Amino acid sequence: MNNHLPMQDELTSTQNASSLGTYSIELRGATKRFLTPSGKVFTAIRDINMAVAPGEFVAVVGPTGSGKSTTLGLISGLEQPSEGSVKVMGKPVQGIDQRIGYVFQADAVFPWKNVLNNVATGPRFRGQPKAQALEHARDWIARVGLSGFEDRYPHQLSGGMRKRVALAQTFINKPQILLMDEPFSALDVQTRTMMEDELLQLWSSHSASVVFVTHDLEEAISLADRVCVITSGPGTVKGIYTIDLPRPRKVAEIRFEPRFIQLYHQIWEDLRDEVVISYERAKQKGAH
Amino acid sequence: MNVLSNQANVPITAPESEEVSVDTIRARRRRRILVNSLRVLILVVFIGGWQFTTSVGIVDPFFWGQPSGIWNQLVTWVTHGTAQGPLWQQIAVTLEEAVIGFVIGVFFGVIFGVVLGRNRFLADVLSPYIKAANAIPRVTLAPLFVIALGLGSQSKIALAAVLVFFIVFFNAFQGVREVDRNLLANARILGASQRRLSTEVIIPSAMSWILASLHISFSFALVGAVVGEYIGATQGLGLMIQYAGTTFNANGVFAAMVILAVVALTTEVLVTALENRLIRWRPNTAGEVTV
Repeated sequence: MNNHLPMQDELTSTQNASSLGTYSIELRGATKRFLTPSGKVFTAIRDINMAVAPGEFVAVVGPTGSGKSTTLGLISGLEQPSEGSVKVMGKPVQGIDQRIGYVFQADAVFPWKNVLNNVATGPRFRGQPKAQALEHARDWIARVGLSGFEDRYPHQLSGGMRKRVALAQTFINKPQILLMDEPFSALDVQTRTMMEDELLQLWSSHSASVVFVTHDLEEAISLADRVCVITSGPGTVKGIYTIDLPRPRKVAEIRFEPRFIQLYHQIWEDLRDEVVISYERAKQKGAH
Repeated sequence: MNVLSNQANVPITAPESEEVSVDTIRARRRRRILVNSLRVLILVVFIGGWQFTTSVGIVDPFFWGQPSGIWNQLVTWVTHGTAQGPLWQQIAVTLEEAVIGFVIGVFFGVIFGVVLGRNRFLADVLSPYIKAANAIPRVTLAPLFVIALGLGSQSKIALAAVLVFFIVFFNAFQGVREVDRNLLANARILGASQRRLSTEVIIPSAMSWILASLHISFSFALVGAVVGEYIGATQGLGLMIQYAGTTFNANGVFAAMVILAVVALTTEVLVTALENRLIRWRPNTAGEVTV
C-alpha cells in the first residue's frame, strides 16, 4: 500500500485534477495478469497509477504490446484487474458501465446492420422505442456527415466512413467517459487528420473524459490535455506530460508550432527507450 | 516526355475505355455461350452414348437401363401412375417427409449449436458424446426408427431430422465460436443484455455458417426420407426405388433418381433465394462466380 503515496503526489500536481476532488477515472496499482494457453502467467500491465479528471482528454502512448488496450479493458469493465483498484466516477468498476463509450481499433460496427440501424444500436439496447431511436440515429448520422448513407451496409463504405459510423454509434449514447483504442490507426494519413479534427469537435461540444490509446506520439500531442507514456510490457506509467497547447486546435497545423515540437522532443526522449526495448524483444522472439 | 504523357493518358481517354468495356461484355457473352454449349454437348454425348451402347448390345440394358426406357417409365408413371398410386402423390409424400424432417433438424440444430457454442463448460462436458454420435453412420438408425415409429411418415421424418440436425448443429456451433470478439465487446459496451447478445450479434453472425449448411442438409433430408422409405414404407419415392429394384426394373430405379434430382435442384434454388434474402448485408461474392 505504501507505494501508492508517490502516485498521489503525481496526481495532485496535474493541473485541474486537484481542484475537482473526484476523478472520472482512477487506476491505483492496477495489475492485470493473463494465463497463457501454455499455462504460463503473462503480466500485461503492472502497477498502473493514472487519474483522469472530468472533461479531460488523456492520451496513452506506448510501444506495441505494452498493455494499452488492457488498460482500457479494465476501465470499461470488460476485464477485471488482478490486483489494485479501478474506479469510474468515484466507484469501483463492476461490470459494464452505461456511461462509458468505447471505440475499438478494429472495425466493430455490425456488418449485418445498415448505417441507420448500426447507429441506433445503443439506444435500442438501452430500451429506447424504435421510432425514437431511429430518429435520434438520423440526427447523429447527419452530425458525422453521413446523411444519405443510412441504407448502406458497412461493406459498402470506405474505412473512414465506417469509423464515422463507429463514432456516431458511440457518441449517440452521450458517454461521460470515452475510451478509444487506436481508433484511426487503420486509416490513411489524410483521412486520419480529418477524423482527428472531427473527434475534437465532437468532444468539445460534449465534455466527456477521454482516454485515447495510440502508438503515434504526434496524434497524442495534437489531441490531448495530458500524455501518459507507458513502458514496454508489462506496461506501467513512465511519465505524464501536460500539453499546454491552446484549444481549439487544428490537427493538421498544430504540428508546426514550436511548442508542439518542443513537447514532442521532450516526450520522445522518454518513449524512445521503450520503443527500442520493445523492438529488441520482438527481434529476439523472432530469432528463437 | 511526350511519349510518357501519352502513355499516361491512354487508360483515361473515353473512347478507348468504352471500347474496352464493349469488348469485355462481348467476351463475357461469348464465354457464356461456349460454357452452355459444352454443357449441352456433354449431356448429348453421355445420353447418346448410353442409348447407343445399350442398343447395339455392348452394355446390357437389363442391368444398366436405357435412356429411352427411363423416359418410357417416366411417361408411364405420369400417365398411368405407379404401383403405389399416382406419381405426384409419391413425390408429395417424400417431399413432405423431407421438409418436415429438415425443419425439425434445422430448428434443433441451431438451438443446440448456439447453446453449446455459447456455453463452453457444457460443450466440454458433452463433446465426447457428440463426437461419438457424429462418428456413427446415422442411416443405421433407419431400421430402429421403422421398428419404433412404424411404416408411416414419422419414421422417415425422424431419420431426416437426425441427419439434418448434426450438419446444422456443427455449423451453428462453429459459427458461434467464430463470432468476432470485437463485435461482442462492442455490443456489450452498447448495453446489450445476454439475450440480445444472442439474437442481435451471435445468431446473425453465425447465420452465414448456418445457411451454408442448409444447402447440403436438404439433400440429407431427402436421403433420410428415401432411405427410410426404402427400409419400410407404404408410399414414397424410396419405396418406388425399392420396388423397382426388387422387380429387376433398372429403368425404374433411374427414373426415380431423375425425379429425385429434379426435386433436389428445385429446393436448392429455393434455399439459395432464402440465403440471398437473409444475408443481403454480405459483400456479393456469389454473383461473380459462374455456377
